[in-house]
Amino acid sequence: MEGDIVQMGAYIGAGMASIGMGGAAVGVGLVVGNFVSGALRNPSAAAGQTATMFIGIAFAEALGIFSFLVALLLMFAV
Amino acid sequence: MAEAASGKPKAEAKTGGGRFSPASLVLIAIILVMFFASYFTKADVSGLQIHPMKQFVVKPLFGGKELAFYTPTVVTLWMGVAILAVVGLLVLGTRGRAIVPSRVQSVAELLYGFVYKMVEDVSGKDGVKYFPHVMTLFVFILAANFLGLIPYSYTTTSQLAVTATMALLVFFGVTLLGLYKHGLGFLKIFWVSGAPLLLRPILAIIEVISYFVRPVSHSIRLMGNMMAGHAVIKVFAGFAGVMGLGAVAPILAITAVFALETLVAFIQAYVFAILTCVYLRDALHPGH
Amino acid sequence: MAENTKAGEEAVKAAEAAAEAGMPQLDFSTYPNQIFWLLITLVVIYFVLSRLALPRIASVLAERQDTITNDLAAAEELKQKAVEAEEAYQKALADARAEANRIVAEAKAEIQADLDAATAKAEAEIAAKAAESEKAIAEIRANALEAVKQVARDTAKEIVAALGGKADARTVSAAVNARLKELGS
Repeated sequence: MEGDIVQMGAYIGAGMASIGMGGAAVGVGLVVGNFVSGALRNPSAAAGQTATMFIGIAFAEALGIFSFLVALLLMFAV
Repeated sequence: MAEAASGKPKAEAKTGGGRFSPASLVLIAIILVMFFASYFTKADVSGLQIHPMKQFVVKPLFGGKELAFYTPTVVTLWMGVAILAVVGLLVLGTRGRAIVPSRVQSVAELLYGFVYKMVEDVSGKDGVKYFPHVMTLFVFILAANFLGLIPYSYTTTSQLAVTATMALLVFFGVTLLGLYKHGLGFLKIFWVSGAPLLLRPILAIIEVISYFVRPVSHSIRLMGNMMAGHAVIKVFAGFAGVMGLGAVAPILAITAVFALETLVAFIQAYVFAILTCVYLRDALHPGH
Repeated sequence: MAENTKAGEEAVKAAEAAAEAGMPQLDFSTYPNQIFWLLITLVVIYFVLSRLALPRIASVLAERQDTITNDLAAAEELKQKAVEAEEAYQKALADARAEANRIVAEAKAEIQADLDAATAKAEAEIAAKAAESEKAIAEIRANALEAVKQVARDTAKEIVAALGGKADARTVSAAVNARLKELGS
């Protein structure tokens, strides 16, 4: 019975950790949104900054990946 | 990406003739394959028993149970196919050495120019020396991602072992390169000289942590993206398997997800390569 | 899988067991195998790229760049030639125009000269005729004056004779001349 409770806790924790990925989604949305609004103001400079945008996306996404990792660990490793 | 998208209609315009564009034909083919695939999978899905993760199991290619490190597996098979795809595109495709390139050759040149410009822009002029390494990673991931989109194939980049190995290769390669080039001066990367003096030790701790979790995010990003997309497709396919004629809805959903996955397959290869370039830049120019 | 070998079925069972257990990606027993084959793959791709593909593509791109540069130079040369040809054409056109103008001016001058000569000749003739006429008129006038003198002399002689005098021809003519001079003045 104890094992069941631990598993339940792990699953609930995994679900809660997954909420953190929403933050990464918001972050990525902010990065891209700001890039697009900047690109529309100054379209000539936009092409050179696409790589910067992707780097920003990758860094914003990294933190969401950690919550994904925590969820995976809770689901399968604990 | 934009070049690739804008390049395609031109090629179509040149062939003219056909009433259906190749893209729509491919789409129809995918829908049909998915439709039949859903009927075949119905056999081993009883009720709503969906096993979205079953597709990622590493199976020996020629049967057998034990898995020595040299046993050829599905992973081996699809890595081999990736090598063939790379050779076909970049070696056989360019054997004409034409001044006016054929289609395959222009794709190869496009890839070359794309990665070269990325390395040069992000890592700087002295990063160009490591262009073949970045190109190797990029081309392998790109080939593996796109091959994984073929129904019934296997996505090698959805394996943590694969992505983590590549990420650790990059991590150790870049760290050793930085130490070799700058000696202990490489540690300046953790010392944010632009920040107020009081904050610097705290920032240094954060920088050290973020430096050492780089391979984690680097590998899990690729693996998670590929795994999630394929798992979602599998779940929808499971729905389609039990819905009979109503399966049209999940199949349309699969088509949409498939289109998204095609985009993701490219973007993740691009992100992996560009992060490699960023880490390379940090190793070549440690000061902030 | 459908090869219905025993091994295949076992593999399916093993796979299902692994799937039940969770993520196949976290099955560490498969790691050495995958890493081994991945390293082989990467090494193969690296050597294929660095030995074959990349130098070839780089040379093709460089060659194309050269060709484009050469073509651009050739185009520039041709453009220069075209500009030169146009200049020559313009120059020829200007020469021809100048020649035509010169010819026109010459012809005009010639015509003018002819015209002037003709005019001068005509004027001279007219002047000569006018002089002749004037001479004739002067003659006629002189004749007329002479006639008037004669008439006046004769008349004066007759009148003197009629009055019973005997007119001396010389006296009469002097008187008439004086009178005429008086009238003429």
